[in-house]
Amino acid sequence: MKKCDVICPFCGCLCDDLEITVEDNRILGVDNGCTLANAKFMGKERLTSPIRRTDGGWEDINYDEAIRYTVDMLLDADRPLLYGWSGTHGEAQCIGVHMCELVGGIIDSTTSVCHGPSILAIQEVGHPGCTLGQVKNRADVVIYWGCNPLEAHPRHMSRYTTYADGYFLDNAFRDRTVVVVDVRETETARVADEFVRIKQGGDYAVLSALRAIVRGKGDMIPPSVAGVPRSQLERIVRMCKDAKFGAVFFGLGLTMTKGKYKNIRNAIELVDELSRHTKFTITPMRGHWNVYGSNEVFTWMTGYPYAIDFCRGIAFYNPGETSAIDILARKECDACMIIGSDPGAHFPRKCVEHLADIPTVVIDPVPTMTTAMANVQIPVAVSGIDAEGTAYRMDGVPFRVKKVIEPTLPSDTEVLGDMFARMKEAKGL
Amino acid sequence: MTELLIRNACVIDPINDICGEIMDIAVRDGKIVESVGSGAEVIDAGGSLTMPGGIDAHTHVCGTKVNFGRYMSPEDMRAGRTARRGHMHATSGYSVPTTYGTSYRYSAMGYTTALEGAMAPLEARHTHEEFAYTPLQDMMANTLFDGNWPVMQAIHDGDIKRVAAIVGWTLSAVKGFAIKLTNPGGTEAWGWGKDVSSIRDVVPHFEVTPAEIIRAMIEANEMLNLPHSVHLHCNCLGKPGNYETTLETFDLVPNTNDKRQSLYATHVQFHAYGGSSWRDICSRSEEICRAINQKPQIVMDMGQVMFGKTTTMTADGPMEFNLYRLYHNKWSNHDVELETGSGIIPVYYNRKNLVNSIMWAIGLELALLTDNPWQCILATDNPNGAPFVKYPEIIALLMSKRYRNGVFQTVHPDTEHNVPLAALDRELTWKEIAIMTRAAPAKALGIVDIGKGHLGEGADADIAIYPLNINEIDPAKAPEEVIRAFGQTDYTIKRGRVVCCRGTCMVDGENTTIWVNPRISENHSMDHDPEFARNFDKNYTIRMRNYPVQEEYLQRNLCIETEARL
Repeated sequence: MKKCDVICPFCGCLCDDLEITVEDNRILGVDNGCTLANAKFMGKERLTSPIRRTDGGWEDINYDEAIRYTVDMLLDADRPLLYGWSGTHGEAQCIGVHMCELVGGIIDSTTSVCHGPSILAIQEVGHPGCTLGQVKNRADVVIYWGCNPLEAHPRHMSRYTTYADGYFLDNAFRDRTVVVVDVRETETARVADEFVRIKQGGDYAVLSALRAIVRGKGDMIPPSVAGVPRSQLERIVRMCKDAKFGAVFFGLGLTMTKGKYKNIRNAIELVDELSRHTKFTITPMRGHWNVYGSNEVFTWMTGYPYAIDFCRGIAFYNPGETSAIDILARKECDACMIIGSDPGAHFPRKCVEHLADIPTVVIDPVPTMTTAMANVQIPVAVSGIDAEGTAYRMDGVPFRVKKVIEPTLPSDTEVLGDMFARMKEAKGL
Repeated sequence: MTELLIRNACVIDPINDICGEIMDIAVRDGKIVESVGSGAEVIDAGGSLTMPGGIDAHTHVCGTKVNFGRYMSPEDMRAGRTARRGHMHATSGYSVPTTYGTSYRYSAMGYTTALEGAMAPLEARHTHEEFAYTPLQDMMANTLFDGNWPVMQAIHDGDIKRVAAIVGWTLSAVKGFAIKLTNPGGTEAWGWGKDVSSIRDVVPHFEVTPAEIIRAMIEANEMLNLPHSVHLHCNCLGKPGNYETTLETFDLVPNTNDKRQSLYATHVQFHAYGGSSWRDICSRSEEICRAINQKPQIVMDMGQVMFGKTTTMTADGPMEFNLYRLYHNKWSNHDVELETGSGIIPVYYNRKNLVNSIMWAIGLELALLTDNPWQCILATDNPNGAPFVKYPEIIALLMSKRYRNGVFQTVHPDTEHNVPLAALDRELTWKEIAIMTRAAPAKALGIVDIGKGHLGEGADADIAIYPLNINEIDPAKAPEEVIRAFGQTDYTIKRGRVVCCRGTCMVDGENTTIWVNPRISENHSMDHDPEFARNFDKNYTIRMRNYPVQEEYLQRNLCIETEARL
């Protein structure tokens, strides 16, 4: 049986036109998906039962024991961290916030190691953005800066930009100019109309030069800025000013390089400057399929998009102090629950070592690098495959990811809901 | 069965023509009834002012734009925070509180129902998610149609039935409540960085004018038999001289419905400016109110500005960009494909600034110059003119000439040359305030029949008891008593339960989402229209099948079914 218009729970594109072939509650094929989608839907490495670390190995335990372990761990902790959230649906994230509030812990999502700097910049200067359909239907200039969609968001260009049909463009592919700015010639750079190669760490200077040229102060720009010739910068500014609708997309190549949030601020201010001449927008290329959802949920419930500390009862936010990396690196954290992410594969060694030293529970359908640091792992249904719930696309559009097969394991919402009920009971609420 | 008896209540219930009578109110299972048994729980109101729960007919509290206001403003979040306590979750925020913050603060002020002023259909799921976390108010969502492509195409083709069919399908798909037009045509033009500057300008590519959109939508609204009228944020918001656009717009409105207005004009303060620039801006409240007084088919809300910090947020993207170029602080914009736009900037309304002082005066003038209080609803376009927690001060300003004069002394000295406020002696009565804050909103929204805005038998037992004896307090002389009392109820009762007592919320709460489902015959339904479906899947970046808001997003809900005449 074919299931149509299925939403892919892999990256921030949330492509919603997949066709999944299902027989006997097994997925046999994926149509319209990219290789990443294919791998996710066809993945077979799932755990079937909660596991607990023993001396030198693992033992199967039941859900009741695993949940009890987690509840006891969180209630006993002085400085618990509830981390991850980008790989689960919004309903589970909501329960997570309530749990965190109850135990006075810290809740943080993968944002603090990806687009956290983008949010800091937005909090300083705002964010002129739009939904992806605006870009698809109108944009005649598209700039990818510090990102490589062909490999990280493989259908971004075919659904929303370069190769997508656009209502206001006769021949969208020919009528759109694509610029790629990067430190190396990526796959995406090879298909661009214009490739701007920047010396590592030179983004801020190049953005400043572009802003100066837009403001008519090009004569103060030296012949070359971070390896980019002035003539190319001038050409790009002309292209932007002549555009009817320009769209900038940026990735971790801009947020996590030298300059960090200052780079994003500069990019936003360039878009702001261009908005005085024509229509221009900017959008972060969010990675995890629902990382933006974690920011949305945390914001309406606590006031802040990530790195929220409830230790004094109120919601307190100070990334750099209250973000996951920092609380682990300072060895303040004394218990950690991880859901929907794999910090073991991404965090600095010092943080990972601390995770191994403290009680850690991982809620994840498959064994990951983080499993190696965990005391208990609780497998769950995969959101978007055998569990449903809300996800927010990189541009803020909410979708309801679907269930294409019947679950054999509880969902994140069920596991967390059970934990929260027990925590409230223990607290006499 | 649960029963409650409120004794010795001094009731003002304008819909049932009760004004200051001392009486008992009986409640059974969440509804007002004739009488209850001796076992009922009893609250002695001790002669305190008791009214139907407050209804905010236009507020921005839930959804994509509101949440972005929080997201980009940690400074605002820090400006209002409380810790978890009892049934109350932690809250953050002053002008854009978290959903719990909004809900608790409204509840403390006796508000039990609110209309979210602007929901982009594409992002409706988000609004409904936040509704679920606004537990102490029944919620509904104005649904944006100002730049809707299929609607503009049908208007261009002169096919009003098709306009109605598309609107009906969309409202039902996104669980919306009413038609909202924000700067009609202007938000589509903003997709190219442009705007419209009058109701006769032509929207690029779609070849329709704002006037045509407004007229067609009023007609479609009546074809669908919707409870509320078209809810309009006029073109040219915030521009000196814009009162002419507003008056021209009012002239478009026929009187087509005998139960309610045919047009709800929102935050009219922002649309009542004379002059030609910021140098000679002045109040045109008199002209606006003369029109309102002659046109029973129009109801407006004040859009009152109060001095201090707040955040502006609207679907009117181009307006926000203009405002940003005045303030130079920070600017967010979010255009929504095929539908609408939005923008956000923080602002500070300064009493030493002439323009801000004029804005403050105009809002009050609108309320004082409108003869019939049923035609002027009290609201700040929260948080655009001011956060809703300022309502008690606005009530005091309207009830006390002395208090008003006192504040007037503190504003920019040239204000008096540009506004008529100082010459207005009117002081509103308790009944008029009750009309402007609950009865008129209920009537204008068309929710009296489902039990809102009054305390008659069968009504929802949404009740606010304020710590104030109207026979002892002269509001003209004791404005501080008015502010104190309207700032915090003794009891706020929702669906027959005390949900808030002297500022402390007593229950987790569970609200009702009110939405409409116009029944449209199969041959007009967009579900059976191949052209609509083809264009949908071609132009949107979401598949038509994934667009409707699923049942899972509606917990407790009340669907108003209407019979469309197509």
